[in-house]
Amino acid sequence: MPDSSATSITLNGDLYPLGADTPLIALLERLNMRRGRVAVEINRAIVPKSSYGQTIVRAGDQVEIVNFVGGG
Amino acid sequence: MQDTSFELGGKQFKSRLIVGTGKYRDFAETRAAVEASGAEIVTVAVRRVNITDRGKENLLDYLDPARYQILPNTAGCFTADEAIRTCRLAREVGVGDLVKLEVIGDQQTLFPDVAATLEAARVLVKEGFKVMPYVTDDPVTCLRLQELGCVAVMPLAAPIGSGLGIRNPFNLAIIIEQAKVPVIVDAGVGTASDAAVAMELGCDGVLMNTAIAGAKNPIAMARAMKLAVEAGRLAYRAGRIERKLYATASSPLTGLIG
Repeated sequence: MPDSSATSITLNGDLYPLGADTPLIALLERLNMRRGRVAVEINRAIVPKSSYGQTIVRAGDQVEIVNFVGGG
Repeated sequence: MQDTSFELGGKQFKSRLIVGTGKYRDFAETRAAVEASGAEIVTVAVRRVNITDRGKENLLDYLDPARYQILPNTAGCFTADEAIRTCRLAREVGVGDLVKLEVIGDQQTLFPDVAATLEAARVLVKEGFKVMPYVTDDPVTCLRLQELGCVAVMPLAAPIGSGLGIRNPFNLAIIIEQAKVPVIVDAGVGTASDAAVAMELGCDGVLMNTAIAGAKNPIAMARAMKLAVEAGRLAYRAGRIERKLYATASSPLTGLIG
């Protein structure tokens, strides 16, 4: 049985199956995320929106996707 | 009396009331309260998106960033590093570089960690953020934040969400006198008179969330706060009378009937 972590990322703190290395833009589309509403960090480094197309998400990456919620 | 507009980080605003968007029943109520408040600046928090609920609506669908200045906060951050990271993420969402910096020092009081706030402000200003720090009502700390290049200082009136009102008007008066940047009372307002008192003291603005969202009728309270901030500001500009111990008659003392 293959090790699932080998083909997974940690997405917002939870294990998420990735399949294969995936362009960030494809992952965001798969997750139904709109670029004007979110910000992305991979392994603690901010990914500028202009780099979404060239950025590849790889197995084992720690990915954070945040948005705005109600707050004071 | 035509008021001057209020400048924050190079932008002009007419409303001096800044409102939070937390604790509402739903986004529709949030929007209705923000509209009733007349606020042009609204605070938001930065949190992980819900991956499992993909159809979920987004706050910005209800508060158009083209109409409102979105002011991301660092609520929930207990270290300078967490706050800096949160600000960097917030800026990348794409609503500008104005941020409300709060670094909490104690869970029970939610009082700021002053040392960590100063540390985070120093880094964020260098990175080009327009920093609005939530801070204790301490005049010296407010001066230091101003010297670091913060675009405003936001002393608390009382603990966040406490509704205790302006606990130390004398410290606020000193902060206002010394400040060259806008002074915005942030946290502790309970009702309209508290907001009016803050403005009568000469604050440039008031920031609140719970006082509106937690009211029995948030929409009505939002309007009450709008009126209170306007009334307090106008009274400040009109110039109040001196306080005196004894009476002075309002009616002429001459021409009294025989």
